[in-house]
Parts: sequence; C-alpha cells; structure tokens
Amino acid sequence: MAAPGASEREVWPLWEVFVRASRGLSHVHVGSLHAADEEMAVRSARDLYTRRGEGVSVWVVRSSQITTSDPDDRDAWFESPNGKDFRHATYYTASEGVPHL
Amino acid sequence: MSAPLRREAHASSPEALAADVEAGTRADEAVARYALGLGDDALVLAQRLGEWIANAPELEEDMALGNIGLDLLGHARSLLTYAGSAWGRTEDDLAYFRDEPEFRCRQIFELPIGDFGFTIARQLVVSAYFRGLYRQLTGSADPVLAAIASKAVKEVAYHLEHAEGWIRRLGLGTDESHRRMQAGLDAVWPHVEELFSPDPAAVPGVSADLDAVRAEWDGIVPAAIRGAGLRVPEAPAARGGGREGVHDESFGHLLAEMQVLARSHPGATW
Repeated sequence: MAAPGASEREVWPLWEVFVRASRGLSHVHVGSLHAADEEMAVRSARDLYTRRGEGVSVWVVRSSQITTSDPDDRDAWFESPNGKDFRHATYYTASEGVPHL
Repeated sequence: MSAPLRREAHASSPEALAADVEAGTRADEAVARYALGLGDDALVLAQRLGEWIANAPELEEDMALGNIGLDLLGHARSLLTYAGSAWGRTEDDLAYFRDEPEFRCRQIFELPIGDFGFTIARQLVVSAYFRGLYRQLTGSADPVLAAIASKAVKEVAYHLEHAEGWIRRLGLGTDESHRRMQAGLDAVWPHVEELFSPDPAAVPGVSADLDAVRAEWDGIVPAAIRGAGLRVPEAPAARGGGREGVHDESFGHLLAEMQVLARSHPGATW
C-alpha cells in the first residue's frame, strides 16, 4: 500500500494534527488526515482526534509544509552526541570552595 | 410529590434520564406526545445519516456525518425516554416496536439521503431549524425538555457550521459541485414549509414558538445559500403530514432496516 498522499487519485491534501491535552501542556502530534481546506481539516481533526475528550486545542498543518530530517541520515544526525558527555551539566564536578553552585 | 426531581441531572445523558424515569420521573401526557414528535425527527435523521458511513466522499466525512448522526441519536434517546415515561415504555419500545403510522417525524427528516448535495442541503435546513428550536426550548416550562435542549443546542450549532462550510465549498467550487448543490436545495425546499407548520401536539408554554424559530432560521439559511453563490429556491410546499403519521414511501424501508434486529431477537443485547 502506498503511503498516504502518494497517489494522484487522492485529491485532498494530507494534514498533520496536533492536539493539546490541557492548559499548560504542549500540542502533541496525534496523526494525520485528508481535507480539502484548512477549515475542513481542523473540523475533521476535532471529529477524529478529540472524540473522547482528549483535548482543549487543535492545530493542523499541511504535511507538505513540514520540513523533516532524512531518516537515512539518522546516524550522522543523531548519534553524534554519544560520547560527548561534556554536553551534560552532570559531566562537571563543582570545584571546592566555589560558592552558590 | 412522588417523583424525585433532580432536574439538572437530566441533561447529562440519556442514561441519567432513564435512571430518573426508573426512579419515578414521569412526563405529563401532553408533553410526552410533543416530545415524541421531536424524538422521532432526531431518530429518523440519525438513521439516515448512518447510511453515509463508508459511503461519504472521504473517510473523514464518514466520521463527520456519523458524529452528527450520533449526536442526533443522543437527542432522540433522551426525548423518547422522556416521552415513554408517560406510557411505561422505554426508548427501545418506541424506536423498535411502533409501526409506520405511529411515527410522528416530519417528512424532511425521513427522505432518502440522495447524493451528497442533497444531504448537505437538508443538513443546512434542519440544523438551522434545530438550533432555533432547542434555543427556544431551553426556556420551556417543562424542566426536563429545557435540560435536554440546553445540551442539544450546543451540538446542533456545530452541525450548522458543518453544513455552512460545505454549502460554501460546493456552491463556490466547480461547475459540477455548484450544479449538484443547487439541485439538492431545489429537492429539499418543498419540505421546508412542513418544518414550521403548527405542531398538533404543541403545548402552550412548553413547546417551542415556531414563529420565533422561523425568524431565526430566516436570518441564517437564505444568507448561507446566497453567500455560496446559490439561488434560494422557490417551490410549492409538499403535502407534509408527518406529525399525523403520514410518511414518504421510502419510510417503510428505513423502519424495516432499523427495526429488524430488535424484532427478530427481542431483548437482544451486545
């Protein structure tokens, strides 16, 4: 099966949906849907992803508007921090006699 | 006073209302007859909207129409539960074990779903009607009806927005979508008049003032149609008579499908 949005016959573009569960939390990606325009997208998102009281706010964004990292580059992009413990505060020991640390 | 009157609890769900009825809440006989008509309107349209599941243009729209149908089913359950309390009958008794002439739905709700344009045209017409109706009923002298209405009014406002969005999209879309949206409006229009014809079961002070509902409707629907570049149809009114038990020929098939399971397996649960 082709990836969503891959077929020419799918005339409605794909949208990514983000829902904020409650005040103070961040919007979290919950899935995607097809819609003809932004109004339909945000309404369908409400129907599809907040049926059981999951959220208080919904964002939608056209999938084509999202720039992503390349999965094939994962090693080069995300393994680099391994062995670089000096990037963590816990790597450092407080010197004796330094106040307020 | 025999019935415990926890009126504010009635709006929360059909189940809560059923529990109150179990505990002794009874609708007044005249109010029950009025509620029966409203319940039948919502029940029958819910059944029609269910026919779109797996048939709408996209999965997302299946869900949207399905959600609207389920909201309406919720209204129907509360209204029929309350109506049935006057006669010792449950919502299921009323939904599954009445025959065609005993149903009191106005005909616009029972018409076949047609194409998507017709369904959207009907949704626009009836959602604007429901919003005005339930807004009026929040002030009803019957506290249970008022409570049911105050929950329903928020939901039908959402249904109206859904229909308005589609009218605009289709009316201002392609030549084909414009043509079919107009055809849908033309087909539904003869049945508008019946919506606002006097309800034979109306109870002064309890039932909605249909003139006020019409005034609100007149402020919404024609503007939505014109705003979508479409023409407000002019058509002679259909014969109507749904509130007297006169129904469209398609209605028997709808009932057969809706009732067959409950009648073949009385008391079935799952």
